[in-house]
Amino acid sequence: MAEAVSAPRMEARSSNITGAFREAVYTGLVALGMFVLLVGLKTDQNIRNELILVQRWGLLAVFVGVAMVGRFVFAAFVRPALAKRRAARAAAAVPEIVQESFLKKNFNLLAIIFLFIFPPLVVTTLGLQGSLKWVDNFGIQILIYVMLGWGLNIVVGLAGLLDLGYVAFYAVGAYSYSLLAIHFGWSFWILLPVAGLLAACWGVILGFPVLRLRGDYLAIVTLAFGEIIRLVLINWTAVTKGTFGISGIPKVTFFGLISFDVSDPNYIAKVFDLPMSGVYYKIFLYYLILCMALVTAFVSIRLRRMPVGRAWEALREDEIACRSLGINTTNTKLTAFATGAMFAGFAGSFFAARQGFVSPESFVFLESAVVLAIVVLGGMGSLTGIAVAAVVMIGGTEILRELSFLKVIFGPDFTPELYRMLLFGLAMVIVMVWKPRGFVGSREPTAFLKEKKAVSASFTKEGHG
Amino acid sequence: MQYFIQQLINGLTLGSIYGLIAIGYTMVYGIIGMINFAHGDVFMVGAFISLIVFLILASLFGGVHVVLFLLIMMAVAIVMTGLWNWAIERVAYRPLRGSFRLAPLITAIGMSITLSNFVQVTQGPRNKPIPPLIHGDFAIDGVTISLKQVIIGVVTVVLLAIFWYVVNRTPLGRAQRACEQDRKMAALLGIDVDRTISITFIMGAALAGVAGTLFLMYYGVVVFSDGFVPGVKAFTAAVLGGIGSIPGAVVGGVLIGVIESLWSAYFSIDYKDVAAFSVLAIVLIFMPSGLMGRPEVEKV
Repeated sequence: MAEAVSAPRMEARSSNITGAFREAVYTGLVALGMFVLLVGLKTDQNIRNELILVQRWGLLAVFVGVAMVGRFVFAAFVRPALAKRRAARAAAAVPEIVQESFLKKNFNLLAIIFLFIFPPLVVTTLGLQGSLKWVDNFGIQILIYVMLGWGLNIVVGLAGLLDLGYVAFYAVGAYSYSLLAIHFGWSFWILLPVAGLLAACWGVILGFPVLRLRGDYLAIVTLAFGEIIRLVLINWTAVTKGTFGISGIPKVTFFGLISFDVSDPNYIAKVFDLPMSGVYYKIFLYYLILCMALVTAFVSIRLRRMPVGRAWEALREDEIACRSLGINTTNTKLTAFATGAMFAGFAGSFFAARQGFVSPESFVFLESAVVLAIVVLGGMGSLTGIAVAAVVMIGGTEILRELSFLKVIFGPDFTPELYRMLLFGLAMVIVMVWKPRGFVGSREPTAFLKEKKAVSASFTKEGHG
Repeated sequence: MQYFIQQLINGLTLGSIYGLIAIGYTMVYGIIGMINFAHGDVFMVGAFISLIVFLILASLFGGVHVVLFLLIMMAVAIVMTGLWNWAIERVAYRPLRGSFRLAPLITAIGMSITLSNFVQVTQGPRNKPIPPLIHGDFAIDGVTISLKQVIIGVVTVVLLAIFWYVVNRTPLGRAQRACEQDRKMAALLGIDVDRTISITFIMGAALAGVAGTLFLMYYGVVVFSDGFVPGVKAFTAAVLGGIGSIPGAVVGGVLIGVIESLWSAYFSIDYKDVAAFSVLAIVLIFMPSGLMGRPEVEKV
């Protein structure tokens, strides 16, 4: 009896294996064709500065081998397992109502508490100097992207306007803070709202001409505007010093009471009688960007419930219906652009204060793409998802700098930083193919009858911009 | 006047290269409605492939046989970039067909980042110069046309003729046009939509591969980051000509090339990209369907 059952199964398994083998061979051929020139041969300059070819057939074999093995494992084991799981899920048609665990229910609260106790935690475990890297490279860096992601979410996730030039407003914020702070000596706390306002103005200026465009056209024009602003920053050397950038941007003070400049009489180490260290400033910046990011989240949550927020979401779902219900789409789009740009401006002035140096190099299209990727991978509209995506994508690439043990495996010439953006690009593709709706693929309805029910993202529509 | 004509010719040359890249954008957009953001980087990969082929040939034959070299470089570039774009479509775009609109755009941006960094990692980050392939120019009434420019013009025209024939006169082209109009209906009528889309990607990439070879021949240098700016400008050209329209892509490419070189000749070379992008914005604002595109009709 047992044999009778298992025989066809065995057969299926073996045909599975041969099929997978055939697929692996095809994949190997394609990979060989793709990589034979670009990997198998390397162009190098010799002493006379002429290009010569260096042969690397071993590396090519590794590439092709990895492709074949990967495809074989996927076709023979992963795909059947996935199909089985899908079939099982389809069989259990009525989903059970699972009581959400405590952790899941209070995830946001716990995450915020963790973020607030993160610096003291790191300082106590790693000491003052050891914590610098974690607070600065990881904490501040990720939080900047979280804030940018939440800002862009207003434009892309709520209003459904695809913006590929978001970094332009970030640049406006950064340059307005640095120029005004250097030439007029104004403090960060005055210039923060000024930078936000200026960026919002630019949002309106750039938003106004493109109001009639939708979808991909809008994306490409915003990309063009982003590039124009960057090119102006490069070429308007009288004001922006071009590619040299602006350096010596003043630090942020704690509302003028405590300073982080060693020469200042109110230097924090003197005021509190602490040992001298650069970490205090980083920890202060960490809390500053954390608060700014939380304000962004708070504002966008509250705006969603206001008439303008509902208008944004209506616009995303259906622009024609929106217009026929008497919503002024011009104003709605412009407010979305301006609000999103304002938060980018805030983040930009923070960025300038943190770096102490700005140059057009920091505002390339890649940054816009990274922020947009974070928003989309996070699930478009879900604040938690965007934060998770930022941690995964930015933290993941930052952690690559730390993997010194790879040098032991691949030899001392191996520099993991070189592979950072390559892996970032691959991760974008893989995550998108694996989870097209992002990490958190559900939306909380703003308008509901009696009780809220989470809407699966597959039921929601995104507008045409 | 001579100066003007000289710049016009330079612009036409540049514009032919943009036009060849733009066709890839416009065809893919026409058939599946996505911006294939990685197309500019496919062009860069094509330039690199022809660079490597050139080095192989130079070391095999010693001297430089121009015509033979160019033909082999183009042929290999066509095959290889076609294979690359086919694989990219298979891996990154096909699983997301029917998903929401932003998903393929994000994978395309991811692919663009991946391709340029892949080339940077495998081939090194430095500029790759080659010795000038072709010498000689013609002087007519004070205007010099280099042999390179003539070759670029001839190759572009020949390719466009072949391309026009394929799209308008063959069953394959008919299938492509059918898929462009209505994918579901085309499938119902027995057209293998997946295959047609794959072939569209391969055709676009082949033109980008040739553009890469011509780019390498014209400038004599290529670097891993060369895909982005020509890519964006070619997309600008496609939009300017009316996206989805193949003659439009060529006209748009030539216009962008001419505007760029006239702008750098008469105004400021630093702001030439600003000029190209401003043209894009102005055209889209006042003529959203481009020069030769069909106006978008909204059905409710």
